[in-house]
Amino acid sequence: MLKFLREGLRRPLTENRPPPDPAVAALATTLNAAAQKRLGHSLAIRQVDAGSCNGCELEIHALNNAFYDIERFGIHFVASPRHADVLLVTGPVTLNMRQALERTWRATPDPKWVVAVGDCGADGGIFAGSSAIVGGVSSVVPVDLVIPGCPPSPTKLLAGLLSLFAD
Amino acid sequence: MSVLSPLLAAGRPALSHRPFPRAAVDEAVWRQAIAHLAAGEMTLLSVWGDAHQIHMALLEDEPQAIGVLTLPCPDGTYPAIGSAHPPAIRLERAIRDLFGYEPIGLPDPRGWLDHRDGTDYAFLPVTGEGLHQIPVGPVHAGIIEPGHFRFTCDGETVVRLEQRLGYVHKGVDELFMNAPLDRAARLACRVSGDSTVAYGIGFARAVESALAVSPPPRAIWLRALMAEMERIANHLGDFGAICNDASFTVILSHCAVMRERVLRAADAAFGHRSMMDRIIPGGVAVDLDADNRTAIAALATDIRTKFSDLTALYDRTASLQDRTVTTGILKPALAKQFGAGGHIGRASGRGFDARKYPGYAPYDALDFEVPVLTKGDVNARVWIRAREIGQSLTMIERILRDLPDGPIQMPIPRGSGEGMSLTEAFRGDVLIWLRLNAGQVERCHIRDASWFQWPLLEAVIEGNIVADFPLCNKSFNCSYSGHDL
Repeated sequence: MLKFLREGLRRPLTENRPPPDPAVAALATTLNAAAQKRLGHSLAIRQVDAGSCNGCELEIHALNNAFYDIERFGIHFVASPRHADVLLVTGPVTLNMRQALERTWRATPDPKWVVAVGDCGADGGIFAGSSAIVGGVSSVVPVDLVIPGCPPSPTKLLAGLLSLFAD
Repeated sequence: MSVLSPLLAAGRPALSHRPFPRAAVDEAVWRQAIAHLAAGEMTLLSVWGDAHQIHMALLEDEPQAIGVLTLPCPDGTYPAIGSAHPPAIRLERAIRDLFGYEPIGLPDPRGWLDHRDGTDYAFLPVTGEGLHQIPVGPVHAGIIEPGHFRFTCDGETVVRLEQRLGYVHKGVDELFMNAPLDRAARLACRVSGDSTVAYGIGFARAVESALAVSPPPRAIWLRALMAEMERIANHLGDFGAICNDASFTVILSHCAVMRERVLRAADAAFGHRSMMDRIIPGGVAVDLDADNRTAIAALATDIRTKFSDLTALYDRTASLQDRTVTTGILKPALAKQFGAGGHIGRASGRGFDARKYPGYAPYDALDFEVPVLTKGDVNARVWIRAREIGQSLTMIERILRDLPDGPIQMPIPRGSGEGMSLTEAFRGDVLIWLRLNAGQVERCHIRDASWFQWPLLEAVIEGNIVADFPLCNKSFNCSYSGHDL
């Protein structure tokens, strides 16, 4: 047991802070200095799967592993939209999740920000054109930042979320 | 004595359906098949709608056989399978939603994937003194997929769970129609992201069957390498997550590190962490170089050592055993009736594994065992995963040692035909059936293992306390997206 625990503690696994991703920064459409100042360095995130294939969820999950350890940046995931600053929304928004997403958004106190994750969250991705989906996240709630990818890697997700903070 | 072959012989055989026989039958034969299903003499593999016809895929255990029966339904109605065989009910509700065909005699008139009835959806009535309900979802408290669980409880004991699914229904069937092959392959890889390799293999194998072609040996072995890496990554995630739900986070932390290492090895070797789009009809998209071959072998050795420490820790931690042993028991009879695949079936005495039967290359050349337990509780499902990780590591070592040389792709002809495949994803068998017409997908049906596993979760939670639901649910880990399509 002790040997096993020591093995886990031997060397740090944690990655360095990722550099800003210019592609993501360019997509930060409505973010401005005031918003970044307001968020400071603490961010409570409520994740909402609005229709994803679950590929994005796995990479969002990975943000909590020892390599990315997202909480060291002051970012943590919360269980209720009422506790959240940011909604991290994946998937093409399906017809069947539209209402739930709208209600989750309304349940999130102002000021709030919405981050759309993945190529499907951006514009429906490969599911665009289906009669069962509404479209990208921005077709249902206002989006402040898009982190593209299929799925975006944890490093990309982290770089995107850190761009919400002022330097 | 076979019951399936006389049913097939009584119909008109489809000539271009591979590798399993398909026959167009009349209503009398269709009803005979339903009677055999209800008597437990066959297992329903799937039922799906097509242009003016309904197909059902059947599995017989003794002698082992698979076949497809097709019933024309020109007036848009057909005799429901679910009227006598409950595992068909949700699939037939979906057929009604997606194709408008009415399954005559289906005991459930409600929509399933179509939510246009919105909040008018009538949950099943539950009556009794002092009962209360807990509605959960579709938006859940964790980073997981959406679905609704309606618990009816007596104190803290669950007396009934009713699921409502379909929230992530994306119109996959519709998107497949008339899709070019490359787009359809990418779509198949996004039906359930956690099983993208298995879906990629299933789709490619169905296409290759329809066109009667075989990819080069190296491609087939590389597919199995990716599939077993995917299985290990998912089982590690589940093993850790189940322990975490019993507040034993140290195992989650170590499993998450190992899982990340598998994903990084996949990224280095194949250029994508979850290996999406790396399986294509005709072969694989990327080859494995010598450096990554060595790196994956070293990782397998490392995981074998570390994971055995974790299973030992799990095994001797009383607080964990207290939560998992005798919790959420799935009785073997129900597992058999529903044809439960993967760790759910194998923890309850059903040893079906598509890699063994019907089997596909290269697994016929790989030496591996399918672990089977009979207790059917959360603990048994944990141990099946643990043992499967061991088997997958052995397979990976063998693949890396004996990987054949040669090309990794072959050109796919622009042909027509019908193909079907059963592929063992980490959570069970995925059935993919398709019809190609001049190089395009005319119709593609996908049935995730979750279709037959979700209803069993309703049965498993009965009589357990609410606090044990996360453990039961995580020990199942059904796909929402793979089910909702």
